[in-house]
Amino acid sequence: MTEPTAVEAVTASFARMEAVRAGADGLNCVLWSDRERALAQARAVDARAERAPLAGYPVAVKDNIATLDLPTTCGSRILEGYVSPYEATVVSRLRAAGSVVLCKTNCDEFAMGSSNENSAYGPVRNPLDPCRVPGGSSGGSAAAVAAGIARIALGSETGGSVRQPAAFCGVVGVKPTYGRVSRFGLVAFASSLDQVGVLGRTVDDAALGMEVIAGRDPYDSTSADCPVPRYREGAIRSMRGLTIGRPAEYFPASLDPRVTALCDRALDAFRALGAQVRDISLPHTDLAIPVYYIVAPAEASSNLARFDGVRYGLRVMGDDGLRAMYERTRSRGFGPEVTRRVLLGTYVLSAGYYDAYYKKAQEVRACITDDFRRAFASGVDVIFTPTTPSPAFELGAKSDPYEMYLNDIFTCTANLSGVPGISLPIGHVDHLPIGGQLLARHFDEAGMFAAAYALERALGEDARR
Amino acid sequence: MAVTRDDVAHVAGLARLAISDERMTELVEQLNAILGHMDVLQQVDTRHVETTAQEGNESLPLRPDAGPRFEMQRTLEQMAPEMRGGFFLVPRLSTHEDVSDAS
Repeated sequence: MTEPTAVEAVTASFARMEAVRAGADGLNCVLWSDRERALAQARAVDARAERAPLAGYPVAVKDNIATLDLPTTCGSRILEGYVSPYEATVVSRLRAAGSVVLCKTNCDEFAMGSSNENSAYGPVRNPLDPCRVPGGSSGGSAAAVAAGIARIALGSETGGSVRQPAAFCGVVGVKPTYGRVSRFGLVAFASSLDQVGVLGRTVDDAALGMEVIAGRDPYDSTSADCPVPRYREGAIRSMRGLTIGRPAEYFPASLDPRVTALCDRALDAFRALGAQVRDISLPHTDLAIPVYYIVAPAEASSNLARFDGVRYGLRVMGDDGLRAMYERTRSRGFGPEVTRRVLLGTYVLSAGYYDAYYKKAQEVRACITDDFRRAFASGVDVIFTPTTPSPAFELGAKSDPYEMYLNDIFTCTANLSGVPGISLPIGHVDHLPIGGQLLARHFDEAGMFAAAYALERALGEDARR
Repeated sequence: MAVTRDDVAHVAGLARLAISDERMTELVEQLNAILGHMDVLQQVDTRHVETTAQEGNESLPLRPDAGPRFEMQRTLEQMAPEMRGGFFLVPRLSTHEDVSDAS
């Protein structure tokens, strides 16, 4: 079959946006787009002397990743109308490979949320069931892929914000190793955790996207100078002799038995391919949520200090001085969840509480990382878990903040420890997709992708929607 | 460690956030509930644990404290909310008149 030209692919994507009502009157997954500009860029790609590798892959980009042609608002009122004067390295790399940015996708405000209900521009609806959430915070990107608007989308991860929505929307989501992908142009939330991730319709789409964006960037000193393997070669790697770890803490007695059964089926598929499955323990797992919800808000309270009404976006003036302007601007510009986390983060860093909360959390975080080190040092190649304890829930179903935070229970350990993770569909519960998660050693995305290719192939189309 | 209204008012000041009385009551309740879940960390023995900002990144090398040249794609004038005579207009530290009224 002939691959589509860039113009054909972009035209089809915009037609799909209309057909599924991707804007505010429908799924609300697309915040900003410019059809004519995207088509002009597509024509330029098609005019290149050689076919670009991503010519047929227009992308959707999360609204916290800087683009030159479209606004970058982070789903927040405080950045309404803001257009970046520079472009994120990940976007530049996609463009260089022939991709065209279709749109900016809705997300939880400043990537803080697990349901995409925290966006200042309204919630995103799950394309598989519009009464349900798509997950978050990269819910718009996951929905855009699930709705067939884009084969590849960029998201960002701080505690599971690519893998969790991927699981809820029945697509593939990848969080690379901390340092694997440049964050130049990603609006900072929690700098010791943030990474740009890729969502794709298949493992191959996600691997292709990750191959293009990964690697050292002189504009991001935290990007690692590690060679980037060709992840797509993992499609043909044998699973014979591989050891898959099954951590007991991710399969508690309280887990929905239907989710457990789907995971068992996936592990059986690995066994049938010649892999060995070994029971392991990651003993500090149940401490991950308390650690995460101290470290991430603490870093956020610092990173979001820059949104003060002077340098970016919204400014609410008055006649009562500078400090009042700061307070008025930030209080009107930030939504309830961002306000709550900034307060929480400021509190755990404040005098008298720093040691009890922030320092303690960083120490326990080191224990969580050590759990992974020990597991991989014991000969485990890849760890398999469910991505989430349950499928997508209904809009408005979780009003208690901490109950919402528990959505990240199986994903935030990878962010705290820095290891790479991928979520892919492994079946359905109540006709809704369930994701399985594969975690690997630092910088072993190649091994992680190889296992994901094998599992996707073994489970077949039935496991996808 | 129960969080009081005074605590929240104090950190709101540090964070440059204005919180209404009504919202304050709700936030005190929520922050206490959230922090209550964090108390479990105090039971973990971490006396021999060393921490770094991000674990598992041995591949991140030290580098000279100098970055590559950075090209803006738009002029400063295009980005500034307000300019006059080649200068940026910013809010006054203390004023009784709006910036737009200044001559």
